[in-house]
Parts: sequence; structure tokens; C-alpha cells
Amino acid sequence: MSIENASPDHGHHAAEGETRRDFLFLTAAAFGAVGAGSVAWPFIDQMNPAADTVAMSTTEVNLAPIEAGQAITVMWQGKPVFIRRRTPEEIKEAEDADLSTLRDPQTDASRVQKPEWLILVGICTHLGCVPQGQKSTDVRGDFGGWFCPCHGSHYDTSGRIRKGPAPKNLAVPKYVFLTDTTIRIG
Amino acid sequence: MGSKERQQFDNPVIEWVDSRLPIFTMMQKEYGVFPTPRNFNYFWNFGAIAMVMLVTMIVTGITLAMHYNPSTAGAFDSVERIMRDVNHGWLIRYLHMNGASFFFIAVYIHIFRGLFYGSYKQPRELLWILGMVIFLLMMATGFMGYVLPWGQMSFWGATVITNLFSAIPLVGDSIVTLLWGGFSVDNPTLNRFFALQYLLPFVICAVVFLHVWALHVTGSNNPLGIDVKSSQDTLPFHPYYTMKDTFGILVFLIIYVAFTFFMPNSLGHPDNYIPANPLVTPPHIVPEWYFLPFYAMLRAITFDLNLHLAVAGAIGATLVYDFCWLKQPSNILGVFLGKVRSYLTLGLLSSKPVGLTFFIVVAILAGLPGALLAFFKDMPAFQPVIDMIPFKSVALMPAKLGGVLAMFGSIAVLFVVPFIDKHPVRSAMFRPWYKKGVLALLVVFIILGICGSKPAEGYWVPLAQVMTLAYFGFFLAFLPWLNNNEPVVRLPGSIHEAVLAKAAKAVAVLLLAGLFVGAPVVGAQAQEAKAPAADAVVVEDMAVTSGDTGEVRTQSMEVETPAESAEQAVSAAPDTEKTPTAPEPVHHEAASAHHEMPKLPAVAWSFDGPFGVYDRASLQRGFQVYKQVCSACHSMNRVAYRNLSALGYTEAQIKAVASEYSITDGPDDDGEMFERPGRPSDHFKAPYKNTNQAKASNNGALPPDLSLIVKARTGGANYVYGILTGYEDAPAGVELANGQHWNKYMSGNKIAMPAPLAEGAVSYEDGTPTTVEQYAKDVTHFLAWASEPEMEIRKQTGVKVIFFLGLFALIMYRVKRKIWSKVY
Ligand code: FES
Repeated sequence: MSIENASPDHGHHAAEGETRRDFLFLTAAAFGAVGAGSVAWPFIDQMNPAADTVAMSTTEVNLAPIEAGQAITVMWQGKPVFIRRRTPEEIKEAEDADLSTLRDPQTDASRVQKPEWLILVGICTHLGCVPQGQKSTDVRGDFGGWFCPCHGSHYDTSGRIRKGPAPKNLAVPKYVFLTDTTIRIG
Repeated sequence: MGSKERQQFDNPVIEWVDSRLPIFTMMQKEYGVFPTPRNFNYFWNFGAIAMVMLVTMIVTGITLAMHYNPSTAGAFDSVERIMRDVNHGWLIRYLHMNGASFFFIAVYIHIFRGLFYGSYKQPRELLWILGMVIFLLMMATGFMGYVLPWGQMSFWGATVITNLFSAIPLVGDSIVTLLWGGFSVDNPTLNRFFALQYLLPFVICAVVFLHVWALHVTGSNNPLGIDVKSSQDTLPFHPYYTMKDTFGILVFLIIYVAFTFFMPNSLGHPDNYIPANPLVTPPHIVPEWYFLPFYAMLRAITFDLNLHLAVAGAIGATLVYDFCWLKQPSNILGVFLGKVRSYLTLGLLSSKPVGLTFFIVVAILAGLPGALLAFFKDMPAFQPVIDMIPFKSVALMPAKLGGVLAMFGSIAVLFVVPFIDKHPVRSAMFRPWYKKGVLALLVVFIILGICGSKPAEGYWVPLAQVMTLAYFGFFLAFLPWLNNNEPVVRLPGSIHEAVLAKAAKAVAVLLLAGLFVGAPVVGAQAQEAKAPAADAVVVEDMAVTSGDTGEVRTQSMEVETPAESAEQAVSAAPDTEKTPTAPEPVHHEAASAHHEMPKLPAVAWSFDGPFGVYDRASLQRGFQVYKQVCSACHSMNRVAYRNLSALGYTEAQIKAVASEYSITDGPDDDGEMFERPGRPSDHFKAPYKNTNQAKASNNGALPPDLSLIVKARTGGANYVYGILTGYEDAPAGVELANGQHWNKYMSGNKIAMPAPLAEGAVSYEDGTPTTVEQYAKDVTHFLAWASEPEMEIRKQTGVKVIFFLGLFALIMYRVKRKIWSKVY
């Protein structure tokens, strides 16, 4: 079914004419391929976040009402963000953890700006469930942090994975302290 | 498709599949070696072109649906979000919007080709009918698609078209309520339209499949209209027609994308950039251009069918049947009436047929008063005569139903053409009388289209009526008459024979292609080309057809009045909502003022033309004017502070601008709303909390949102500039109500907005003169950007795409020539 086979003057022409024609057909095919490719891109890229979605990606939070030992969940980019005001014991526990036993070794200091405030994206790094442990009545797992009920991942008081199938620590979002008691996430 | 004659494929994978599901064998048979008449002209490209357009519409449509929100609250906003925020959203939407028009262009040419060359005739009747089903489905899809953006034209188009069904006696109103899912066009209507609009294209695909299947059973017709006699008459579909179709498709695409990238809104209506408002109708409701001829026929029936006209019509119809449909006119009516006369008088009077003259006299006697009643009812001169006509209050059919029947009838008649036209010769090339008729039909159709685009007043109404009669006359009188009277000429022995006799054909084809592209280069060849008569016809048609699109443009210019009066209705007439009669006087005022209105000033904008760009300095000055003057009363909801980066502002500058405004946010943890400084992601802060507050603060007139003002007004930037600079003292003798001002460019001249710009009111830092003209120019520049922030990238992409397609088309032309070189 190729063009060459079907073209009427096949076989008898001088080699030069033959090449020129092949070149013409190849160019046409190339144009077709490039055209199809460039048309495809906008139709794929339209599925990426739109400009307004990208622009809306900051959230401001007032930390003042949160007591030590309490945690709140806020929405950022459609995802839950955990904000936990840690007690001194929890901080100590997090800082004392033996890095060599961790699956995704990170010091606690590298995960917080102020030790009191632990701010994490509340999405299990296994397959995306929201771990429990925000409410005082929740199960917090073996390490006093969070416990993901979906497939049993345990996170410690620094949000690091300690046990279960999740591969990574809970992510720390980008945030800044605007004042002592307000942060902007994103 | 049986596997018996299946040939082995060399490729083992293809062979494996094919031996189980002979799809490759089928493709090979139907699109590879499929014997196709060798004498197709370029009109035979339009089937493939229509197919490409269908696919384009489905692909763009599905991607749009990923972002579209089918609710009255969200539809308009989501479409604007597609235009402004979704990646390449403007491209996809404009492709879809203009694609609809170009799909119809392709299909109209395809249909006309079928009519011209008699492709609907035996044995292709069903093929034609399936095509008509596709056309009908397309009309439904096109109509519902136009409703989805939920602008003013969407809403009122939906209202008017769904109300057509209320003309059906007895059940009409219940049907309309059923269609609406409520008591007016509203959210349920929009929802179901969206669902159906998504579904119908796939139904179209299914019917297209049947259409193509039927085609492959009967084989294609050809310009000569004679049957294929031997293999000498045909060529394998591939590569001959695959390559020729590809070339034709590329040329068509060039025109399509030229519209998409450089004048994307020229085939639509500015009113549709005004969000739907169920309380205000734009003065001229015009459907999309592709419905205009049918719309004209709908409006042509302005009269109730009275008794007299019905009698005259019935006699006329019988006579037409007698003289056009029957081989031998046999005075059926006369014979019948003679028998009745003899019977009623118990044989006293003879049963001899009543003479023809009698009927003509009766028809005239009944027709005259009937016509007077129907067409000249309002003419004072005829009043005394009309008063004397008996039975004038008998209306057998109301005008509304008559119009709806005419419209649907005009499509229905296309379905039955194969059964009306029984002439043994197919192609108009060998039917001189039919050829004249079918070309006249084309002209009639175009004139109807023009009538449909005009307001239904003045001489447009009788013109549309005459053309409606001509349209139906072609199908119901002329065609049957030709059956019995047009001589049958000797046809060429075979396609092969005819092709050999016409060596110049290829050149004529070139000429056609040249016309198609509009490339002046080919013009030279046109003179050399001594095209045979038949091809000359083809060329002529093509010119007419492209004239058709020309008309469309004229038509969209005509909407001028509605756009302006819409504003008039909103801003000048205080409280339009509460006084439903308000639009009436406004409309008349607009119509009369239209002629006196000075031409809009033609400003040389830097963004005009295919290479136009915005002038950053002017944009920034314009933003300054907007911020300090316009934004006191006008909102600009669709623009966010972050968008200002397009004006050349830095991120820090944008942050500073945004933080000048205090935005209400919340609720906070205590459930209270709170104020915070603006952020770049916030949209421009509106001056009023809601439209009621805006109206209350402006003498009852609502200052329109400015995000789309340039796109939503005919005349665009020039119009906005005109309004801003058009303030004058009212001429002597004109009374201005309190809160009204005189503006020479406003339709009706009365405007609620006081002259907004005063010399020196805004101080420019760059030393630009601070005159009213300069302010107007700058702020209009800014508003043009706000309406079409994608304009620069759109035009730049357009130049590249057209360059690419042009080159591709050239290469494909050479490929095609190479492949065809041995055939002729
Ligand atoms: S998703 Fe959390 S453990 Fe699987």
C-alpha cells in the first residue's frame, strides 16, 4: 500500500528521477508527522493546570489559636496541609530519632523552620490517602505521629516514615512566617 | 468482507490480526484498491474535508468539555476561563467555534455538488437521504452548541428556536415545556443541551459510517454522471485520491485557520460576549449564518392562511400537479368537477370536463382577495377593498405554524429530491435546463440567506417571500416538469472516452485550486487555461460559493444596531427590567438613528492586522486611566492583577498594585468575613458589591463590566474610542432627561454615562499629551487587551501555522501531480 508501489511510473525511470521523487514523498511524510505532532501538543497540554489554578497556589494561616499538642488541617492547592504545634516531648522524640534506622533519613531540624511548628502535606507518600493523627482521638501509630489506615504506614512526630509501605517522609510544603503567628503556604 | 478471498499479508502481526478480524483486508479493499472514477474534480474533495471537520469538532469539543461548566451560573465564566487561563484554551475554542462554520461550508458545498451532478439519483437515493440525516443532525448540534457559551445570542436563540415547537397545534406548548424542563430557557435546558450536544456528534459518526457504507456499495458518482463501465474508467482510491484529498484538505484548512487565527469572531455575533440576560432581548436575534436561509423562510410566512388563498392555492397545486407532474396534462380537476356536477344534478347537466379557463378564473378571483388580505392588509389604500372581502376572519392556518412548516418543509423537500427528480440523466453537464435551474436555486438560497440576516422589515419581507416560493417551486414544480420535458441528450460512451477528449482538464483544475487559495499567482495560468465548458461551470460555482461566505461577513456587520441598542437598553433607559415595553421605542430609535449616525472614527491601532501587537506604553497608560477613571464605576471581573504582567509590569509592581486594594475574604475560623490586601491572583476589585448597588449608585443605569467590552460591541475598539470621544452638546430641540447625555456615536445618541474623560485628569509620567483623545486611545488600547489578551500569541501562531500549511499544501500538490502524471 505504499506510495512507491502504486505510483504509475515505477521501475523505468532514471535513478535521479527516482531519488527526487522519493525525496518529495519523504518530505511530505515529514510534514505530515510534524503537523500531527504540533497539533497534538495543545490538546495534551490543555489538561495541565490552567493559569488561574497555578496562580491561586498560596494559603495564609493564622497560627495564634493553636495550642501546644493541637493540630489543624488547612487546604492548600486542594490538598490537606497538617499544622501541628508540637509539645517539647514530641520535639525531643523527633530530634532523638536514630537517623540510621530511617527509611528516608532526614533530621528533624531540616524539616521545620521553628521546632514548635511542624507543617506537612497531609498526604501519605504511599498511595495518597490522608493519614490519621490530627485529632487527639485519632490513632497516631507506633511513633506518635500519624498513621495511615489505608495500608498501615506509621509516621513519627516529625512526619517521617518509620514503618509500613510508604517510601518517603510526609512532604514539607514551601511556607514562610509572615509574622510570628501567621504563615503563608506556597 | 468474507475471509474467503483474503490475501495473505507479509507482516506476521498484521497477518495474525487480519486472519482473525480482516480489518486490514477491509481497509485495503475500501480505501486502498477501491475502484474510483478517474474523472473527479475538486468538488469531490468535500466529503473527505467534511470528515476532517467532523473529527476536528469532536476532538476540540471533547477537550473543551473538560473545562466547560454547564450551568447558568458558570457557563459564561467557564468559557472565558478557557479563553484566558486554560493552556491553549483560546486556540481550542476558536478552532471549535470557527470549525462549526467551516464544517457547514464543507457540507453545503458537498450537498450542492450532489445536486449539481445528480448524485442523489438511482441507485444512490439512500446515500443521499443518509446525508440529509447527517445535515439535520448537524443543524441540531450546531444550534445547541451555540447555546452553550450562554451569551445573549445563545439564550435568545435558544428561546426563539425552542418556541418554534409551540406552533404545533394542541400539544405545542407542552412540547416546549418539555424541551425546557421548566417555564423558560434555564439551567435544566442548558444541562440537557450540553448532554445532547456531546452525544449528537457520535450519532453523526454512526450515520456517516452508514453513508460511507452505502457509498461503497453503489460506488461514487462522477462529474459526467455516467456509470463506470470498465476498469479503464477507474483508478485505485490510493494513492490517487488519498493524495488529491490530502491536498484539497490542506487548502481548505488554510482558509479555516486563517479565520481562526486572524478573524475568529467574524462569523459570530458580538452580542454573544454579553452574558445571557433573561430580562433584555437584543433587538435583532439572528441565528448563526448557516441557518439564515431557513430562518428567512421561517420569517417569510407573515400571513395567516385565509380561505381565499387556500382555494387559490389548492387550485394552483392541482394545476401544478396536472401540468408539471403528469406526463399528459389531463385536467383532473375539470374531469372530477364535471362528474360531480352531473351527479349532483342527477344527470341533468352533462359530465363533460370543466374547462381549464374556469379554474384559472376561479383561482384569480379567489387569489386576489386572498393576496390582498395576506400581504396588503396594513396598506391604507387597500382598506376599502379589504373591508368588502367576505370570510376574511377565517384563518385556516396561523402564520406562526405556516412559518414553521415552511422551514421544516424546506429541509424535508431535500430528503425527497431523489423521488421527485426522475430524469434519466444525472449530471447537470448534460442537462442544460436543469443546470440553469440548479444554479438559480443556489442564487435563491444565497438571497434567502441575505434576507435572513436582515431585520424582517421593508422590502426584505416580500423578497424573502418570493424567494421562498422560488425555492419550493424548484423542487415541487420545476423538477417534475423537467422529468417530462427536458430532452435527453446523448451521453459520452464511457468515462475513459470523455477523459481522453478533455486533455485540458488538469489545467482547469489548477485554475480552480487557484481560485480556492485566492493566490494571485495562479491568475496568470487562468488565462492560458482554455477550460472546457463543463469545468468553467465548476469554477463559476466555486466563485458563487465563496461569495456566500462574503455575504456572511456583510451580515455580521449588520448587527451593529443591536449591540449598541442593547447598551442603550441597559444604560440609557433606566430600569429596563421593570418596563417591558422599553426596548420597543429604543429599537425604533436605533433604526432611525442608524442612518444619521456618523461613521465611527478609524483609529490606526497597533494591534490591527495579521502582525499587530499591543503597544506596552499605551497599555500601561491605558491601565492608569482605567484605574483612576473607569474603575470608579465599571468592574472588570475577568482580569486578574497577575495578568498585568502582559502590560510589562514586574512582579513587584503587580504585587504593589494588588495590595492597594482591600479584598473581602473568608470566612475565617470564627465564620467571619475579613478584609485583606489584594494579591496578584485576585481579580480586579469591582467598585460595587453587586449589580443592584451599581444601578442604585448610577441613576438606575448599570455600568457594564469592561472585561469584554471591545469584543462585545460591533465596531470593536473604534466603537469604544468613538463613545469616549463622541460627547457633544445636544442639538437644539432635543430634550435630554435627567442623567442623560448626548453622544454622537451612541445609537439613539442618548447615553447615561457622563463624559468620563477630561483633559489633564490623569497625569502621565512619560510626557504623553494628556488630551481626551490620547486618554481615549490609551484606555481603549487597554480595554482591547482586556478583551483579547491572547491576541498577540494568536496572530503569531497563525502566521506560523499558515506558513507551514502553505508549504505542506505545495508539497502535496507536487506529490499529487507526480502520482497523477501518468494518468493524463
Ligand atoms: S496510602 Fe497510606 S499506606 Fe497506602
